[in-house]
Amino acid sequence: MAKRILLIEDEPNIAEAIRFILSRAGFGVDIHSDGRTALDAIAARAPHMVILDVMLPNRSGYDILRDLRAAPQTRTLPVLVLTARGQKKDRELAERIGANRFITKPFANSELLRSVIELTAP
Amino acid sequence: MPETDLTGSRIRDRRLALDIRQSDLARQVGISPAYLNLIEHNRRRIGGKLLLNIAARLGVDPRTLSEGAGTALVQGLQGAAARLPDAGAEAAAVGELARRFPGWARLVAMQHQRIETLEGLVAMLTDRLAHDPELARSMHEMLSVVTAIRSTAGILSAGEQIDAEWQARFQRNLYEDSRRLAQTAQALVEYLDASELAAAGGQGAASGLPQEALESWLALRDFHVGELEGAEACAPEDLLGPETPLGAVPATRAHALRYLRGYRADAQRLPIGRLSEALETAGALDDPVALAARLGGGVDLALVLRRIACLPPAAGRAPVGLVCCDGSGAITFRRPLEGFALPRFGPACALWPLFGALSRPLVPVRRRLEISGHPRRRFIAHAIAVPAPPASIDAPALIGATMLVVPLGEEAPARPSAAPGGAAASSSAAPAPGPQAPCREAPCRVGPGCRTCPQDACPARREPSVLHDAGAVAAGVF
Repeated sequence: MAKRILLIEDEPNIAEAIRFILSRAGFGVDIHSDGRTALDAIAARAPHMVILDVMLPNRSGYDILRDLRAAPQTRTLPVLVLTARGQKKDRELAERIGANRFITKPFANSELLRSVIELTAP
Repeated sequence: MPETDLTGSRIRDRRLALDIRQSDLARQVGISPAYLNLIEHNRRRIGGKLLLNIAARLGVDPRTLSEGAGTALVQGLQGAAARLPDAGAEAAAVGELARRFPGWARLVAMQHQRIETLEGLVAMLTDRLAHDPELARSMHEMLSVVTAIRSTAGILSAGEQIDAEWQARFQRNLYEDSRRLAQTAQALVEYLDASELAAAGGQGAASGLPQEALESWLALRDFHVGELEGAEACAPEDLLGPETPLGAVPATRAHALRYLRGYRADAQRLPIGRLSEALETAGALDDPVALAARLGGGVDLALVLRRIACLPPAAGRAPVGLVCCDGSGAITFRRPLEGFALPRFGPACALWPLFGALSRPLVPVRRRLEISGHPRRRFIAHAIAVPAPPASIDAPALIGATMLVVPLGEEAPARPSAAPGGAAASSSAAPAPGPQAPCREAPCRVGPGCRTCPQDACPARREPSVLHDAGAVAAGVF
């Protein structure tokens, strides 16, 4: 069975491109675009992995990640953080609050795909 | 050798530059060549009529010979030294440097000023990058679109078979995203262009900081805004259209509008004609307290100080400086005055009467000032702090202070106050005497700010001076 990825991204054309890349590689991809209801979407879909944009409408990706790490059910859920802010301090912040991987926009498709494969490997 | 003792060297340099023989100059001013030789080797002091005659023959201001390089130039060099104290610039030799190599000295001072301006601009832009929501939104928008374009283009160019429907969809996305990118980039360029216009001041403003831009604009008009004077005055908004140097950037426009509204209100309360008439009767600028009393009729001292600083240039009238601060001591307005350095960034000298006035609202403060390191440059300063009318009963109490600085002529040396910190606040607090009454107290030595002030023992010092040979400097090297 295909592994399920939940992509939380509010930019529709980025989301569409990522969905295509991952789908073609055999992943099942769901898209969610609102920060406030992201936790509900994760709970409902129980994905194998989350790709999380940082600057989302209504709620920051970092706040969502903190809640994921605070909940026993999602404490070890692999999370790849996507952000336009690529400074060292941003990377350190993401790692400190529990991101498994940190990718800066704009990214290479191959880099994203490789990270997803690694994070969903058994 | 103290700078004041190098008058002879300056005479010699100037004479040689003009290719005048020593004997010729001596004959022209009525002294023997041997005596002139002693003067030129700094072995005889010179002053009075002989100095005036020699200066006239050499075609220079006597002060240039007696004081050396311009005060502003020396202050500029001191500022440059303060910037990089580890460089070990010889503070005691600053006057000599300015005198012997005026061109290089000007270059250093101008570069220092340029660096200060650029640093201010960098700080402003950094602040804008961090806090300007418009810029942050634009940058995020651009990065998002670029990300979408890169990913989509990566898919299309990977050389793999793509379903026709997906291919069409991605091509449409590329088209939409490229349009969005163009629009966002264009909007960003327009936004930055507007900032640049303000930064350039359109006609010479030195930086994009609202206060700097306004002061540069005013400097081009000698701080006199004729359009806001008299019965035919225009509205302040008329000077701030979007095409004007101060009107292009919202922050600069808002700052300028606040100032110009205040200017027009001042002009209505105290028209230039009325002030000029009173000044003609008074004959001098050195007693604005008496001037305010003479004007009467709702004219307060702060208004008189501000309006004097707005007078159009006139022959025979001394230039003035004006400084305003808020209750925190932050300088909110500066009209520069040669020889009285005003720090562009960072705190000013705590001994300025401006700050003493803050502790005694509505009490006029008058003080003779002597700039540290420049024994002959003296000024008289009048200051007053005025509380702002509260907006409501529970609104915070706000206060601001205004200080007018007027240069004094060359005088017989007087002993500066030994403890200027306390003296400035206490002895200056007495209300001003009557019209034209002389101000006889010893001058208070002040500086631009601690970093470039040579007075080691100053009770108001908040940080060490970066002038190395401070003692020698204070002793009169400059």
